This record gives sequence, C-alpha cells and structure tokens, in this order.
Amino acid sequence: MTALAVAKTAKLYLGGAFVRSESGRVYRTEVAANIPRASRKDLREAVRAARAAQPGWARRAAYNRGQVLYRVAEMLEGRRREFVAVLGGGRGAGREVDAGLEALVYFAGAADKLSQLSGSVNDVAGPYFNFTVPEPVGVVALVAGERPALLGLVVPLAAALCGGNCVVALVAETAPLPGLLLGEVLATGDIPPGVVALLSGLRSELLPWVGSHRDLDAVDAVGCTPEQLTALEERAADSVMRVLPPGAAGAALRLSPQLAVRTLEMKTIWHPVGT
Amino acid sequence: MATSPPTTSATPDAAPAPRPGGGHGAEDRRPAGGRFTYAPAPEATDHLRLRDRYELFIDGQFRPPAAGEHRLSINPATEEPLAEVAEAGPEDVERAVAAAARAFRSWSRLPGGRRGRYLFRLARLIQERQRELAVVESLDGGKPIRESRDVDIPLVAQHFFYHAGWADKLDHAFPGAPWRPLGVCGQVIPWNFPLMMLAWKIAPALATGNTVVLKPAETTPLTALLFAELCQQAGLPDGVVNVVTGGGPVGAQLVRAPGVAKVAFTGSTAVGKEIQRALAGSGKRLSLELGGKAAHVVFDDAPMDQAVEGVINGIYFNQGHVCCAGSRLLLQESMAEPFLRRLTRRMARLRVGDPLDKNTDVGAINSREQLGRITELVASGVAQGARLYQPPCELPSRGFWFPPSLFTDVAPSHRIAREEIFGPVLAVLTFRTPAEAVERANNTRYGLSAGVWTQSGARILWMSQRMRAGVVWANTYNQFDAAAPFGGFRESGFGREGGVQGLAAYVERG
Repeated sequence: MTALAVAKTAKLYLGGAFVRSESGRVYRTEVAANIPRASRKDLREAVRAARAAQPGWARRAAYNRGQVLYRVAEMLEGRRREFVAVLGGGRGAGREVDAGLEALVYFAGAADKLSQLSGSVNDVAGPYFNFTVPEPVGVVALVAGERPALLGLVVPLAAALCGGNCVVALVAETAPLPGLLLGEVLATGDIPPGVVALLSGLRSELLPWVGSHRDLDAVDAVGCTPEQLTALEERAADSVMRVLPPGAAGAALRLSPQLAVRTLEMKTIWHPVGT
Repeated sequence: MATSPPTTSATPDAAPAPRPGGGHGAEDRRPAGGRFTYAPAPEATDHLRLRDRYELFIDGQFRPPAAGEHRLSINPATEEPLAEVAEAGPEDVERAVAAAARAFRSWSRLPGGRRGRYLFRLARLIQERQRELAVVESLDGGKPIRESRDVDIPLVAQHFFYHAGWADKLDHAFPGAPWRPLGVCGQVIPWNFPLMMLAWKIAPALATGNTVVLKPAETTPLTALLFAELCQQAGLPDGVVNVVTGGGPVGAQLVRAPGVAKVAFTGSTAVGKEIQRALAGSGKRLSLELGGKAAHVVFDDAPMDQAVEGVINGIYFNQGHVCCAGSRLLLQESMAEPFLRRLTRRMARLRVGDPLDKNTDVGAINSREQLGRITELVASGVAQGARLYQPPCELPSRGFWFPPSLFTDVAPSHRIAREEIFGPVLAVLTFRTPAEAVERANNTRYGLSAGVWTQSGARILWMSQRMRAGVVWANTYNQFDAAAPFGGFRESGFGREGGVQGLAAYVERG
C-alpha cells in the first residue's frame, strides 16, 4: 500500500511567516482550490511589516543585498522540480524557471551598480561639491503579471529589491501557486522578514485598497489591465503615489538596470567647497 | 512707470528676542552705530519696451484669443497695471496644441546638433536682454531686483545653455536602449520663478526633440511673452514653442488636451493631485514638482553666523514664495536660544520694500490672494498658541506686503508646522539628538528639500541619507543649477528637472 500523499496548504507569505488570510476566506482557480483570499487587513499588515523592514533593508550594503538575491537564486535552483511541477510541467515550465534564475542573478549583480549607473557628480557653476545618488522609493506594491505567473513576479520583484525597496506583491490571481511557492524560496534565501509579502486574492477586491493606501510609495502596475491601471492611477493621485506603468509588451521582462532604476528616487546633495 | 513704494528697514535696536532671559552673551552685542541707513537705489526702467497688450503666442505668431478677452497683469508692489494679457479659451488651447503637434514632426527629426544651436541662440539672447528680463520679472512678480538679476535670469540662461549641449549627446545620456521624444508637452508653471520655471520646462523638452505649449501663471505672464519674442528673434521654427496665457481653467484644458503626450506641472500639491487624477488612464507621461515643508536642521556645532545667513536665505528668499523654502527650522535644543537671538537680530535688518530697489531683501507678496493665504495661516499659528515675532517694519501702504515672520513655541501638530505657507514665515522647533532631528524632519507628507548645518562631515552624510527629500543642502541652502537634478519625494511630486536625470522625463526608452 502506497503512503497517502501529504498535500500542501497554500498560504500567504506575510511578515516572514506563512499564514492564512486573516479573513479566513479562500478562492478557487481552474487548477487549484482553497487559495487564500487576502483581505484589506492582510494588505495593511503587509505594508506595515514592509515599512518597518524597509530602512534596515535599504541600509544594508548593496553588496549584501546582491548576495541575498543570489542566495534566493540558489534556493530556487534547489527547488527547480517543484517549480516546474507547479508551473504545469514540460519544457515551457523549465524555461520559465531558468528565466527566473537568470533574473535573480542579473539583479544580484546589479545591486551595487545602481548608484554608478543612475547617480552622478554634477558640474555646478559655483564652489560646491554636488552629487546625485539614488535611493529606494520605499515600499512598493507590485501587481505581478498574470502570465508568465512566476516570471511576471520574479523580474519586477528582484528589480525592486536590489535597490533597497520592500515589496508587497499581489501574485497572479489565476495562477497563484508559483507566486506563493516563491515565498518558501525567499524565506530560506535570507530575505529578512517583512521585506517581501506575497498575497493571493481577487484583484478587483484588493486593487482599490492598494491605490488608496497612504503609506505605499509606489505601485508597479506591470500586471494591470488598462481598466485596472486607470482606476489605480485615479486613487494613487490622493497621495501622489508613483504608478509605474506596465510599459510596452515584453519590455517589463527584458532584463535591464532600468527596471531597478524606475523604483529609485534621485537625491541631490550640495556642500560648499572652502577652507 | 508707476510710483515705487518706499523701502523701509526695521530699527534693529528695537528688535526683542522672542524668548526672554538667557542673559547678555557676546552674541548680544550690537554693532557700533546700531543702524545703517540706505539711500534709495532704484533700478532704472526706462529701457523697458513693454507693450500695452500681449496676445497668445501660437505657431510663431502673436494672435488674439478667439473670445477676445484680456486680463490685466499688475505690479504687486503698487497695484498699478503693467499690461493687458490675453485670456485663452478652449479653442485657443486646441490651436496651440495642434500647432505644436505639426511642429513636432519636423522638430523631432532635426539632427540634435541643430536643435542645440537654437537653444544656444536662446541662451545668448536671454543673456543679451537679461537686464530687461530681470526688471520685468521684478515688476510683474514683486521679487527683489537683486534676486531676479543675480539668481533667476542667470539660471535661465544657464538652463538653455546646459540643455543646448545635451541635444546632440542624447544617445550617451540613455545608453543601452533607444530613446525617442514624447511629442507635445503641456507645461503649466507657477508665479514664484516665472522665467526660471519656463526654462526648466522648455529647455529639456526642446533639447530632446519635443514641442511645447506653455501656460504661465496668471499673475506673472509677462516674461514668458518676452521669451516668445526671443523665440521669434532666434528664428525658432513656428509652433515649437507656444504660450497660452490665462487662469487656472486654461491649464486644466491644456493638461487634458488629447494631443498632449506629456504633462509637466510645477505648483501646489492640491492642483498636482487633481492633474494626476485627471490624467489617469490617459497614457500621458507626467512629472510633478509640488509643494514642500522643508526642515532646516541646525546642530549646536554649526558655524553660527553662516547658519543664520543660511536660515534667512532659506525662508526669506523670494518672500518665501519658494516650494523648497526652509520653512521649518529645527534647532538643537542646547543652542536654540542664542541662535534665535542672532536670527531675530538679523531679521530686523532685512529691508522690506520696493522690489526694484537694489538694496531690497524682501519684496512684495505676489498677489492679494496669496497675501490672504499667508495672513490666514499666520493667524492660525497665533490662534493655536504659537508665539509670533515680526521685526518692527513699516510696510508700504499700497501693494501686497507681509513682514518677515518667525514662530516659536510651535508644536508639530500646528498648521504652521504642517502646511505650506509659501510666504516669509518660519516655524521654529527644537530637537535633542540627530535621530530626533531626522524623525521630526521626516514628519511631513512632503519631501522636496532639506537643510543641515554642522561641522561634522560624517553627520552631514548620515543626515543626508536619512532625510526624505529630493534635494539636501548641507551648510548652504537654496542653491540651484542646471546640472543639479531637482525634484521631490512623496507628495512633493515625481520626476527630476536638471542634470542628465532630468532629461529622462522627456523621452520614451526601449
């Protein structure tokens, strides 16, 4: 007699822990049942944890953040078979995991290049030393792409993390399992608690609360439909929240330091030169 | 020319410290003589050639508005009219956007070097007519001639010269991916630095191959119209720059116009939010440079005299009509009293009056409306229990004036500590530790600028990293440069102006 398989309960990744929605609700997709349906309160908790974690994450040496992201890649490689399975098996699934690994390694190596790529020393017309340095925008809500479900999350997530942001991500609504599974990779990959939250749920329910949240600095709308984007932009105006638009098709997944730079703010610092 | 208001200076001897006690230290000793007297030193205006009436500048020509309406632009120092200025209607805005769209086809295809040549020409023309431009800026807006002459207009010229040089080097500004201009830029600018804001908007837009419809503020349209004349003199192709004048509705129409691909706005956070909301779903690119409530932090090891000058410059420059004004002074508790004594003594020596007098430090408030806003907020400060200090000074009887003001006993919850006043009003708070200074500095929805004064280099960098602001001035304040990116965090807006980073707001990449 073969052993009865132990099924895994799908859970949110929130504040470094794996939890059910505080609302106790679940929803079902075409391939999975009992997916946690995150509530407004889950979102609020995630933002609170992200805000608390953000200064510490941003103040780590960029070299260190790069190594953490590389460690995440190592963990993903170790779980390749599980991810391929949850992505539906087959060659396409394998390629998507490979691309996810590529993105993690890419941004692991980008973390300590961002200041040199986007900052500057400025030739001002006076006796001042003047320079511009990038800083993370802060806490970013990420509306991950619906498909590819893993890559649509990993690329913008890694891009935002390498610059020192914390991310509250809405994983794909129709295929949430790869995104939720990524939580296990992040948790074992030395991402500090709170730096990333992964929430599954209904976008129609959650997006209005994302747009009107007063303590989110930016929202990466890469996975938004045009209608969702419009509604998000309208609400975001209340707090001058930055809405990073989806951009041209495919551009969001093309690896470039610009994907990280768009989650940064530029700070210009002046100091007199004298004796 | 209308009669000039007198310039008055306070009697320094009569300036009391805002807090009693503290004894008479060395910093209390007043200079021998006690009082300086100044003869009037008015800037001449006989070289001006202002027209009686200015029309809209559309497609390279000055054209009357479709509805034929005009409004008076007045001198806020005397309330005398300066010129009639056209009031654009929806039809006019449409025509201007259409002209800019037509011009975009050829302008965007010009070799960058050729676009640069036009911008170099504009920079030179501005320098050639800088005296006239400075005088008109002071007449129309009320700012001291010393500032329009030494700060505004030189920066305007520099901004065009700087961006002229970028026009043929843009492939190097955006490595790794192709870039292209966006199209017609609808740009709405405020009244505090009229021509400088025009330069910050138009120069990068044109350098990157975009065309422009600019809406200057209703109280300060004149230098934008003089600039339109310079565009004609420079031989700039028709429609590349268009200027539509009028009130708020004109700006609202412009940013909503379907032919506009990019909106750039500098002004209040309330209007910025309105624009961001209005543009939702439009696919238009947006950059916003909004309000501020900057913290100006002074540590007890700061060079006192320089810090006093910095604080004065931080809040009383341009009557405090500065989005990045250092309007919240955070003093380290151990030195707050002696510092305030010096600061108030210095305030008493500020010369308030005729903007055209070369000795004037603080000019006229830009409009009756703005004076009302300042007055209301200052009254709220008194009502909420803060303690107001104003040096005794006689204000001209006509025009719009407000004395340099300082509040002590301010609680972080007071309106004067939270809301942008946009006037010569400083709110003073104290702190004990660097960590507390950071916490207080960041206790605001804004994040445009911040200042810090200390002798410790390590502390400057530590503070600079932690203060949430797009510009940090360390041991200086209110410095601007075309090469130095400027712009805010949080509710102070997004996008940068100036530097290579500022160019990104005007191109599509990838």
